[in-house]
Amino acid sequence: MTFETNTNEPRIATKKPTQFMAAESETKPERASMIEMQSFNAWYGDFQALCDLNLAVPEKRVTAFIGPSGCGKSTLLKWMNRMNDVIPTARATGQLRLPDIDILARSTDVVALRRRIGMVFQKPNPFPKSIYDNIAFGPRLHYTGLQRSDLDNLVEWSLKKSALWDEVKDRLNQSALGLSGGQQQRLCIARAISIGPEILLMDEPCSALDPASTSRIEDLIYELRKQYTIVIVTHNMQQAARCSDRTAFFFEGRIVEAGPTRELFTRPKEKQTEDYVTGKFG
Amino acid sequence: MNHATGAHPLSQLADRVQPRDRSLLDRLFRWFCIATASVSILILAVLLVAVFYLGVSSLNWNFLTHYPEPDATQAGLGPAIWGTVWVCVVCGFFALPIGVATAVFLEEFKPSNKWLLKLHGFIQLNINNLAGVPSVVYGIIGLTLFVSMAGLFGSPNEPFASVGVKYFDQFFTAGQKALRVPIADPSQPQTVATPGLQALNADDEWVEINVVKSRRDLPRNLKDRRYAIVEGKTSGRIQDGSWYYFRLPFGRSVMAGALTLMLVILPIVIISTQEALRGVPGSLREAGMGLGSTQWQVVRNITLPAAVPGIMTGAILSMSRAIGEAAPILILAGAIFLTNNPGNLMDDFTVLPLQIFDWAGRPQPEFHHLAGGGILVLLAILFVFNLTAVLIRQFTQKNLS
Repeated sequence: MTFETNTNEPRIATKKPTQFMAAESETKPERASMIEMQSFNAWYGDFQALCDLNLAVPEKRVTAFIGPSGCGKSTLLKWMNRMNDVIPTARATGQLRLPDIDILARSTDVVALRRRIGMVFQKPNPFPKSIYDNIAFGPRLHYTGLQRSDLDNLVEWSLKKSALWDEVKDRLNQSALGLSGGQQQRLCIARAISIGPEILLMDEPCSALDPASTSRIEDLIYELRKQYTIVIVTHNMQQAARCSDRTAFFFEGRIVEAGPTRELFTRPKEKQTEDYVTGKFG
Repeated sequence: MNHATGAHPLSQLADRVQPRDRSLLDRLFRWFCIATASVSILILAVLLVAVFYLGVSSLNWNFLTHYPEPDATQAGLGPAIWGTVWVCVVCGFFALPIGVATAVFLEEFKPSNKWLLKLHGFIQLNINNLAGVPSVVYGIIGLTLFVSMAGLFGSPNEPFASVGVKYFDQFFTAGQKALRVPIADPSQPQTVATPGLQALNADDEWVEINVVKSRRDLPRNLKDRRYAIVEGKTSGRIQDGSWYYFRLPFGRSVMAGALTLMLVILPIVIISTQEALRGVPGSLREAGMGLGSTQWQVVRNITLPAAVPGIMTGAILSMSRAIGEAAPILILAGAIFLTNNPGNLMDDFTVLPLQIFDWAGRPQPEFHHLAGGGILVLLAILFVFNLTAVLIRQFTQKNLS
C-alpha cells in the first residue's frame, strides 16, 4: 500500500516523455499487422453498430480505441474474439482477420480463437475462487497432464508479469474477492495471459478503478506490449495518450481518424478528432 | 401571479395550503401490516397447538415402527414412514438431475436459430403452466404412464419384462402351513392340488404335499395335518422380489409413486434452478468464455458452482412439497393396508399423508389421536428438510464469499 501512494506520482511524471519517444521511434519500421479489418460492418438486429471499418492493428503494439459512448468501440472489441456470438441478433460482414485465420468464418473454432485472444473486462471479474485457482483456471481448461509444479510455475509467472506477485504471494489460497479493485483487475490480466495469448483485448480496464490503480495498470500495459499485441478501449484520452502507440477515433460507428497516437493528439487531420481530443465534445 | 418577484409560488398560498400531516396514516398502516402478519402466525400457532394436543399422546417407539394394526393401541406408521423415505429418495434421484439439466438447457443454451428459439419459449411457457397444475391431475397421469404404462407392456401381474423376482403358487394346508410351488412362467394358470405335488415349506425345503381325496381323509393329529391338502384346492399367486426387482409396467409400486411425484415437483425444481442460474453474474460467464471455455466448461466450472446454494434450496423445498403430497398417491396406490416396509422399487407402499388421511377418516376417536401423531411426525420430517435447506444455503454461501 505504501508503495502505491509514495511512488505513483513521480513514476508517471518521469515515464511519460520516454514513453512517447519510445512509441514514436519504434513505430517507424512498419510493424506487421496482427488484426486486419476491411469493410467491416456489424449490426445488432436492424441497428448498424459499425460501418465500413478499415484498420490494421500492428503486432506487439498498443492500439487504443477512443470515442464517445455508444460509438461502437466495445462492439468491435467483442467481435475480435467473437464474444458477440451469444447475442442472437448480432451479425457482421466484411473482413476481420488474424494473419492466419478469418475470425468471422463460421468454421472458426471460437475456443481456440479465444485462447489466442485474451480479454480483460471493464469491471474486474475474478471468479469466486482462490487467487491461485483464478490463474490456474485457464491452463486447466485447455491442457491435461499439468502437474502441481507446472501450475505453481505458471501462476507465479503470470502474477509476476502482471506485477501482482509481491502483493499476493503469501495468500494465494485466499479468495480473490478479498483483493482491492485494482488488484482484482491485475489478477484478471494475469488470468488472461496465463494461457499464453498473442493478443490482449482490454475493454475500458481502468474505468472502475481509482487513479493510483489506474496508473499501475497503465504501467503494466506498457510493460506487456513487449510480448503482446494489445487493443485497449478507453474513454480516458490521457490514458490513450499515455500508453498507446496508435489510436483510432470512433464516432457513430465509423473510424473518423486512425494513426500514431502522438500525431492524432497533436496534429489531428479531422476537425471532429480535434474537437474530441481537446474536450470540446464527447 | 407575479413570477418576477422570485418568491416560491407556494409561499403565496400559505393561507389555504398547509403541510400535509402524514404521520397518523403512516402509523396506522404499520399497525395494519403488523396485525395482518400476526393473523397468519396466530393461525399457524393455533394449528400447531391443536395438532400437538391431539397427537402427542400417541407418540412412542411402537408408533414409529409398528405397522398400522386395526387395534388403535398397537397401530403405528412404520410402513408409511419407510414408504415416504423410499418414494422421496427415488423421486429426488430422478427429479433433481432432470430438473437441473432442463434449467441449464433453458438458461445457458439459448439457441440462436429462430425456430429453435420459438421451441425454447414454448417449453418455458409450458413449464410455467405445469407449475400450476393441481397435483391430483398428475396422479391420473402417473396412473396411466407408470402404473399401467397405457397397457403397452401387459399388466403388473403378468408383466412384459421383469428381473429379480420369483413367482410362487401358495397353498395353505389343513395344518395352517404355507407351502409354495415355484412357477417359471407367471402367465400359466394357478396350480391346483393334485397327488404327488412337490412344494417348498417355510424353511425352503422340498416336501411332498399330502393330497387327500376329501376333508374326511385329512389326518387327525396336527403334526400330520401340516402338509395335508384336499385334492382340487386352488392356490394363490405370490411374488418374492429381491432388492433389485424391476418390471414393466411398474404397477402400484414405489417406482410409480416416485416418478409421479417427480412430475409434480419437476416444474418447481426447474423454475427455482433457473432463478439460481439467473442470479449468477453475467460477468463471470464472460470471464470464463473470454478464457476460451467451451459452453460445458462454463456451466461446469462457473455457473453451476455459483448457483449451488439456490439450487439446493429449491430442491429441498420441492422435496418437502413431495413429502406432503397425498392426492396423487391416493389415486395411484389407494389407501391400502400394509404390514411390511417396502423392500424394493416394485413393492407396494403407502406414505405418511395417506396414512394420516386413512386414520383421520375413521369414526373412532382413538384413530384421530393416531392421525394427530402422524401429522406431528410429518411436520418433524418437513422441519428437518427445511433446516437442511437453510444450513446448506448458509454453508455454501459462506464458501463463496
